[in-house]
Amino acid sequence: MPLTLSELADDHAQDGGQPYLWTMNFGPQHPATHTTLRLVLKLDGERVADAIPDIGFLHSGFEKIGESLDFNQYVTVTDRMNYISPMSNNVAWHVAVEKLLGIEVTPRCSYIRTIISELMRISDHLLCLGAMGLDVGAVTHFMYAFNAREPIYEIAEALCGARFTNSYTRVGGVMRDITPLVVKLIREFLVELPPVMNDLDRLMGRNRIFVDRMQGVGVLTEEEAINRSCSGPIARASGVVRDLRRDEPYLSYADFDFQVCCAREGDCLARYHVRMAEMQESLKIIRQAVENIPQGPVNVGPDQRSILPPPGKVWTTIEGLISHFEIVMPNRGMSVPNEEVYCATEAPNGELGFYIVGDGSPRAYRARCRPPSFIHFAMFPHLIRGHTLSDVVAVLGSLNIIAAELDR
Amino acid sequence: MDLRVRPRQTRTDSEVHPTKSMNTAIEETVNALRAAFGDLPASEFRGDTRVVVSAEKIYDVLELLKERHGFDLLIDITCVDYLNYPGTKDRFGLVYLLAGTVANQRLTIRAFINEPEPAVRSVVSLWEGANWLEREVWDMFGIQFEGHPDLRRILMPEEFTAFPLRKDYPLQGLGERHNFPVLKRGES
Repeated sequence: MPLTLSELADDHAQDGGQPYLWTMNFGPQHPATHTTLRLVLKLDGERVADAIPDIGFLHSGFEKIGESLDFNQYVTVTDRMNYISPMSNNVAWHVAVEKLLGIEVTPRCSYIRTIISELMRISDHLLCLGAMGLDVGAVTHFMYAFNAREPIYEIAEALCGARFTNSYTRVGGVMRDITPLVVKLIREFLVELPPVMNDLDRLMGRNRIFVDRMQGVGVLTEEEAINRSCSGPIARASGVVRDLRRDEPYLSYADFDFQVCCAREGDCLARYHVRMAEMQESLKIIRQAVENIPQGPVNVGPDQRSILPPPGKVWTTIEGLISHFEIVMPNRGMSVPNEEVYCATEAPNGELGFYIVGDGSPRAYRARCRPPSFIHFAMFPHLIRGHTLSDVVAVLGSLNIIAAELDR
Repeated sequence: MDLRVRPRQTRTDSEVHPTKSMNTAIEETVNALRAAFGDLPASEFRGDTRVVVSAEKIYDVLELLKERHGFDLLIDITCVDYLNYPGTKDRFGLVYLLAGTVANQRLTIRAFINEPEPAVRSVVSLWEGANWLEREVWDMFGIQFEGHPDLRRILMPEEFTAFPLRKDYPLQGLGERHNFPVLKRGES
């Protein structure tokens, strides 16, 4: 018999022979839920007997909106899914759209996208690790980690003008080419981050309190991880050696030398260590990529009829204006097949994929997003059962649930 | 802390172009499915192999794929409403995206179902991860999953009656936002 919310609301519901259980509401407004999500906990003293997630507070119908915005417009909505790493979502969306349209991006564009995806991975992991510390009481750790994210925002600002919701990619290319200033900022960041990561690790990696709170909490075995559709760092912390960057190399990942970071324990501490190690690998990828950005055009050619011409050309030349109109007008621009594709990328949180159905118009007929947070939060009751109330925040933090992506 | 970092092996051709050698393995799987369930229409587009099965057999097909052919990871369950789609006669298309963690291959299974009672057997007993995915499909499209342990709305509020991702549901809604039950102070 499943434990449902409506049952809980009824005081005289069957208590399964356990009338001593407490019901406690956690969220939706609670500092440790990070955003808006609600848990109803059944407590046996301080032990959590069961947890019932109640989600949907941030549901804004992103998939429905995707059916009425065209492929370039919808990128602004993908920013708002996982807003900790918006450009990863941009890349995931447009990689999927390009798979549907059959567009192959230029090597320069694919290098730029690889670099920004990895920067976003570092940004996401820094926030997750910082918040993991914050949730168990280490405020300093959070400050260190959050401060280290600032240069990434600066890079994003220099790259596309926006710090937070970037909307950087376009069908067949990116909004703006990478500039020497961005390259300089990235090089500085590559030098600045390793000492910060050392600090973070020395602060928390072997901290008695932190390790005691994390070790053996929320254990997920390898079989369970596969059975519950886990992906990304959470699956890898349980020993599932699966990384789409290596297994199904998209963008330019096949060119770079990096390792897949895994652990066997599957507890919160293992997730912490996997994320920490993944940041090192991301730095390695960025270091290789930023020194080898190929020359040449950044967007696909105008004959492909998919990339919008730069604004300057639209305003000053008739050819630019015509090609702009050709693309934004229905039935003139991109040729969309009546087909369906699924394309997945390795986002910081796990496998982020889009299932897109094309119907000949420049809008998706269906734009399904496979959000990693949704799938990871589904196993939360399983992870927390039997642990104490204070472990709720530790497990939540280690799963890195982003409610905007959870509810979409 | 045993931080197992697997060293990068030299990339073989199949790793660089996973579709190349995958196709034969996928073809074998599709042939095995055909041997067990009759002639199933299969197609390929941009490297994705899709097999269409009938809705009654979906559980058996997925069970066979999971137990015998190494598709142990359920990536996603989703649905498409083909109400206005050119050249279709079925209303809903269910999509099961599978992947194998060992052989590193992907397969898409599709099934078409129709009104008035769109229903299909739940696969929660095969994959725990299907629980919320099926709840979301129920919430958004109103497709019943028989045998699901806890088929409630997940993203929409409990008192919501429509299925918002169906194509006959307008983008702006049917006015539900203005008619939510309001709880006044003192009544709570």
